[in-house]
Parts: sequence; C-alpha cells; structure tokens
Amino acid sequence: MTEPSPGARWASPDMKARLRRRHRAERNFRVIGAGAIALAMLSLGVLLVTIGVRGLPAFWTTEIRLDVAVPPEALESTERIDARPWLKTALRDLFPEVSDRRERRKLSALISRGAGTAFERELARGLELDEGVVSLWLPADDEVDLFRKSGGATPGRLSESQVGWIGRLEQQGRVRSVFDAGFLTSGDSREPELAGIWGALVGSFLTLAVTLAIVFPLGVSAAIYLEEFAPRSRWTDLIEVNINNLAAVPSIVFGLLGLAIFLNVLDLPRSAPLVGGLTLALMTLPTLIIAARVSIQAVPPSIREAGRGLGASPLQVVFHHVLPLAMPGILTGTIIGMARALGETAPLLMIGMVAFVVDVPGSLTDAATALPVQIFLWADSPERAFVAKTSGAILVLLLFLIAMNAVAIAMRRRFEKQL
Amino acid sequence: MNIPLFLLTVLALTMGAYALGRRRALQAVGGVRLHSLPGYYGAYAALWAGLPALAILVAWLVGSSWAIEGLTLASLPDGAAGESPAEIALFLNDVRNESAGLISRGEGREVIVDAAAHYDWLRSRGIAAAIAVAILLSLAGGGFALQRVGPGFAARVVVERSFRIGLMISAALAILVTAGIVLSLVFETARFFAAVSPMEFLFGLHWSPQTALRADQVGSSGSFGAVPIFTGTLLITGIAMLVAVPVGLLSAVHMTFYATPRFRDVAKPILEILAGVPTVVYGVFAALAVAPWIRDLGTSLGLSVASESALAAGLVMGIMIIPFVSSLSDDAITAVPTALRDGSFGLGATRSETIRYVILPAALPGIMGGFLLAVSRAIGETMIVVMAAGLAARLTANPLDAVTTVTVQIVTLLTGDQEFDSPKTLAAFALGLVLFVVTLALNVVALRVVQHYRERYD
Repeated sequence: MTEPSPGARWASPDMKARLRRRHRAERNFRVIGAGAIALAMLSLGVLLVTIGVRGLPAFWTTEIRLDVAVPPEALESTERIDARPWLKTALRDLFPEVSDRRERRKLSALISRGAGTAFERELARGLELDEGVVSLWLPADDEVDLFRKSGGATPGRLSESQVGWIGRLEQQGRVRSVFDAGFLTSGDSREPELAGIWGALVGSFLTLAVTLAIVFPLGVSAAIYLEEFAPRSRWTDLIEVNINNLAAVPSIVFGLLGLAIFLNVLDLPRSAPLVGGLTLALMTLPTLIIAARVSIQAVPPSIREAGRGLGASPLQVVFHHVLPLAMPGILTGTIIGMARALGETAPLLMIGMVAFVVDVPGSLTDAATALPVQIFLWADSPERAFVAKTSGAILVLLLFLIAMNAVAIAMRRRFEKQL
Repeated sequence: MNIPLFLLTVLALTMGAYALGRRRALQAVGGVRLHSLPGYYGAYAALWAGLPALAILVAWLVGSSWAIEGLTLASLPDGAAGESPAEIALFLNDVRNESAGLISRGEGREVIVDAAAHYDWLRSRGIAAAIAVAILLSLAGGGFALQRVGPGFAARVVVERSFRIGLMISAALAILVTAGIVLSLVFETARFFAAVSPMEFLFGLHWSPQTALRADQVGSSGSFGAVPIFTGTLLITGIAMLVAVPVGLLSAVHMTFYATPRFRDVAKPILEILAGVPTVVYGVFAALAVAPWIRDLGTSLGLSVASESALAAGLVMGIMIIPFVSSLSDDAITAVPTALRDGSFGLGATRSETIRYVILPAALPGIMGGFLLAVSRAIGETMIVVMAAGLAARLTANPLDAVTTVTVQIVTLLTGDQEFDSPKTLAAFALGLVLFVVTLALNVVALRVVQHYRERYD
C-alpha cells in the first residue's frame, strides 16, 4: 500500500486549518439561521408595537366642559331643537374678549361639529338645570384631541390663538381626557372624534353568522361524504382535486364570483351582510371541508367496525359514533376558518361593502360594512385623527382574532387528551 | 307574510310531521315488529313535509324577478317599453325604482307608473301564491308520507338514502363553485374581448382604463394593454419572495436542526401569528409605517423614492408569507428520510454540511413546490397592494417606483360608481380570469412536484 495522503493525517496543520474552517462555517450557518428567526420575530414585534402605539390613544378622547344656558321655552317645545348656537354662546361667554368674526369661528371650532347632537341626546335624556344653565362635558374637535395627545407639541391645523384658548381652558379645569366609549358604541362618522366601530362590528357579526350557517352544515356533509361514503372513482377524485385547488384560489376571485352571481344574476342587495356572508361562505368552504376530513380521518377505524358489528347502519355509525368523536376537531377547524373570514377584506370590497354607512345594520339586507373594511376605509381617510382610529380598530380586530384562536387552541388541547 | 315567517311555518310543519310520523309508527305496532326505529318514520314524514316547500321557496327566490318582469312586459302594449334589449333593461330599471319608491326617472311617463303598479301587484300576488303553494305541498307531502307509515314500511332505507344523496350534493357543491367561478369569469371576459382584442389586452404596453368614460371624450377609447400590470405584479411578488424565501427557509432549517425543543415550542407559534394577522392590517402597516420609513431613508440617501414604492408593498408582503414558506419548507425537510441524514453524519459531515449537501438537495422538489405555492399566494394577495402600491400602471423594474398589480386594478375598476357593461368594469373580470388561471396553474404544478417527490422516497 502507498503512504496515506497528507490530508488524512488529523494532526497535520493543513487538516487542523481545514477543520477550523469547517467549524467556522458551521457556526456562521447557525448564526444566520438564528438571525432569520430573529428577523421574522422582529418584524412581528415592529408590526404589533407600531399598531399598538398608534392605536391605544384611539380609546381616549378629549372633552371640554361648557356651561350651557338652555332657553326655558326649548324644554317644552316638541319640535327638533338645534343646540349648536347655545354651545357657541357658552364658549364665547368664556372668552368675551374675542370679537373678530373669523376668530369667533375659530373659537367655535374647538368643540366637535357633532357636539350639538351629543348635547341634544343629553337633553332628551333629561337634564338638571341650575337656573337655566347646565354644565356638561362635550366632545372636543379632533384637532384639539390630537394636539393634547401629542403633549402640546404639534399644533397641526390649530392657530396660535386656538392653542392659547386651549391652555386657558385647561387652567380652568375645563378640559379632560376620558375613555372614549363612543369609539366602541357608535357607527361611522365623517368627524373622527365621533366615529366608532360598533356599526362595523355588527356588520361583521351578521356576515359571519350567515357564513357559519351555510358553511358548517355544507362543509361537514361534504367531508362525511368524501371520507365515509364516496366510492373511489374519477368523480370523487375530481371533487377532491377541486376542493384542494379552491382552497388556493385568491380571495378576490371569490369576490368577483359574488359580484357576478349574487348581485348581477340573483339581484340580491348590494353592500348587504347576506351577500357578504354568502361570498365568504364559498371562500371558507374548502378550508372547512379539508379540516373536517382530517378530523374524521383521525377517528380510529375500530369505532366504525364495532358499530357495524353491533348492527348499526353505515349512516348510524357515522352520525352516532364517528361524528361526535370528530366534532371537537371539526369545531376547531370551523373557528379557525371563521377567524380567517373575519379578517378577510378583499371579497367584501367587490360586493360593495365599502360604502360609508353611519347606521348600525339591523338586518341581513341592510347596507353594512365589516370591521376590516372599516379599517381599510379609515386608513384611506385624509384626516390625521383617523390614523389612530384605524390602529384602534385593528387592535379590536386582533383582540377578536386572538380570542377565537385561543378558544380553538384550548379545544384542540382537550381533544388531544381525549383520544 | 315574509320569508322568515314562512320559514318558521315550514319548520313547524316539518316538526309536526316528525311527531305525527313517529306516533303513527308506534301506534301501528300492535304486536308486529317495526322495520325501522320509530324516529325514522318521523324523519320520513318530515322530509316529505319540508323538502317540497323549501324547493318552492328556492325556485321563487331564483326565478321570481325574471318571471315577474316578463309578465310586466307582456302586460304592456307592444313597443311601450322600447325596442332594443338595452331600452327594455332601462325601462325595467325605471319600473323597479318606481316600485321601490326611489327617485322616479319616469316623470311624465304614465306607462312606467302603471307598469310599476302592475309590477307591485304581481309581486305581492306572486309571493302569496308561492307561499300558499308551498304550504299546501308541505301538507300534502306530510299527509302522503303519513299514509305510508306502517310496520312493514322500510323507512330507514328511504331516509338514509335521501341523507346520502344530500351528503353527495354537498360534496358536489365544491364543483359547482368552481364552475361558477369559471363561468362567470369566462362569460364577462368574453364580453370584454368583444370590445377589446385579446392580443391588445395580453401584449399591449399601455394601460389607462379610466379614459373610457364617455363616448365623446377625448381619448375615449381607453387602452387596455395589461403588460405593465403584469410586470408590476411580478416586481412586487419578486421582492416579496426575496424576503420570504431566505428567511422562511432558514428559519425552518434552524427550527428543525438547531433549536432546542423548548425554543421551538415558543418560537413556532410566534411565527404562526404572522400568518394569522389579517391582510388589511399588513396593508395599514405598509401604507402608514413602512412606506414613509423607506421614503425617508431613501431621501436621506439622496434617492427619489415614490411614496407608494413597490419596495414597501413587497417587503411587507414578504413578511406576511414568511410563515407560509417556513411551514412548507418544514414539511419538505422532515419528509427527507432520516437514513440520508444519518449517513451523512456517519461520514463525519457537520450539521451545516449535512443540511447544505444532503438535506436541501433531497428536499429541493418539496421546497420548490412550496415556493410556487408562495408565489401564487403573493400574486393573489390584495389588501397590502391596494393600500400600499400605486394605481398608475408603469413599465419599470425599479423597486423604488410606484407600480400597480392585477389585484389593485380589479379593486379600483370595480369599487365606486360603475356601469356594469363598460369595458372598464369588464376588464376587471378579464384580469380576474388571468389571476385565476395563473394561480390555479401554479397550484397544480406545485402539487404535482410535491407528489412526485413523495413517491420517490416512500
């Protein structure tokens, strides 16, 4: 035999250098991998922090306390009253030195354009008048709100005199920041300080109710058929391939389908939760069928054999034994599918759920919008104050998604223990 | 009587039929053994009571407007509604608006008011008739079923057979959905191609659909050359892939080969969160945070960056796809037989050498399949690009420019005021068809690749 080549001697300096190089490459590779994970987590962190920092202020709003003089005859009048002039007078009384017309208009701009309606609502609820004067906290304009939230740093569109007035109101204890209940309880509005997400939430809820009512029975039936009864044939293969491909079709294509079929052929109302629900149902159906099939497959065959052995018909075996055992898994899949449908926006744009809807929808055929669509609409609004509203609405949406996924995970854990 | 009330009535009738069927079966026993459990006789009667009524309702919902409009037109003297189909459609629209009490365009046109009155009359009569027929059928069906209930009657067989048919129809519905997608897209696209030639659409270099608003407008023809849209889509998809593939693949590798189980249990669900964040949230993130950052960064480097740069949309889309790529790569990597891995280790290779020279080449087809699926996901993604990418179609490969994508154009063409028959709105369906065909093809190819690969090792 010839002498072993020098490269094979482990103690040689060549070999040692080579080994060092290989170990360095190993270390580098490891660091790069860890870096990739860190990068992904960092992106998530930046995303959540950005949204959180911008969104949390949306839950607070600024109010200004005014002593409003209510004319006595207004209390008895049955006609609709306009309270705005009273508010303007109340504000002017605080700053009697402002006499210029343009300055006066700027002064009135400190309170929200919707403050009159808010006042009328309080009035309808019944006020305790003290010599015809009532002291009330009323919503401030969104520019005032933004100015205060920025810590007085960026006056934005406020003029110098307006900033001065705000300072004096603050000294008098007439300005406060409160939890903005209206953000959660009212519908959309052109005025950022009055806009809320309740209308969109109800719209989302109605839409998802329609989706669930359609997709759950249909999806489970289809999964049962494919898993338990379908003969192995071309026809079944076609259905299977179809379902798998449908699951990968972009959601906007389902929006086009909804537009072409539900709106143009069947003439259903535009912007309605009914149509939104139908469209999302078509989109969720493949996902749900796949999830249901997986959990039906997970039921051990011995259950079926025992059932058949005791004389149950195939259908009885499925409905009395297999389905109850598969149900937790099916429900988990359903919740995850619903969570996806809740966050879906594109198909709803196609069927006209992007309208500016102030009223809270009351039925399945009312014009409505959904929470993600509301986020999209606000993100497009020019007013600066809607930036916070957008992120605030996202926080609410994420909260719902987290809750739904938590339920799904908890169910999966329990289910795994059972089997 | 409205539809919810009607549904409740049918439900009550169905439940009544169930109870009666069950009781009748039990009464009929008289020492003889029933063929089926009593509940099956109830279910049999319930099916007969419920299904015909529901069929009538569905038929009414689908066919009523067509039938009523036909009858309304038939009641008019010849030519009163107009000659051409377009005129007739306009006339019917006026009648519907009049009947709904909306702003009437038919002032001075008595014929529309009369037709609307007739339309209303037909509608109310039609609903009443449909409901009456449905309830009668329900009663008749229930009665017929109850007649047949007896100890010798094999109710279970009949009921189970109808259930099986119902299950089969549910499964076949998936095909119906696909057929619906294909038919609606193809039908509208054909109408689009009647106005614009397919060659111009697929190979034209100029896209400006907005000009085609009025016939007498300057440049009213509009131009529908979709190439700039396709390149824009490819540019943004490419950027997204440049982010998602390395990060996703490397994190999958790291998770499988290096991470401790404890770290994996924490890190995996955190990455999954990225997949669960709604796309509209990524859109907001891209439009309100990332795009301004990139613009400011570019300005400080002396570059001119569009405020709706392809880079911002692509980056955020890439982040969104990371978990998708990562989980598909994970599947591909774990499918590589451990014998290969052990063999490599046995020869003295380090872990990174094993991964680079053995695992990744073996897993490549699976990873490619996952890559194709990720591309299809990126092409179809809508909200991020709608919010963060531009509207103007520009033929450029510069990631700092604003480009537009197929999905952005579909959304812009179809939201807002629209007339349904203009080439502008029909173009959205043509783009939708392209999108559908491309994603479907990618999907089919990806599944083929993955399957082929699996067969090799099993």
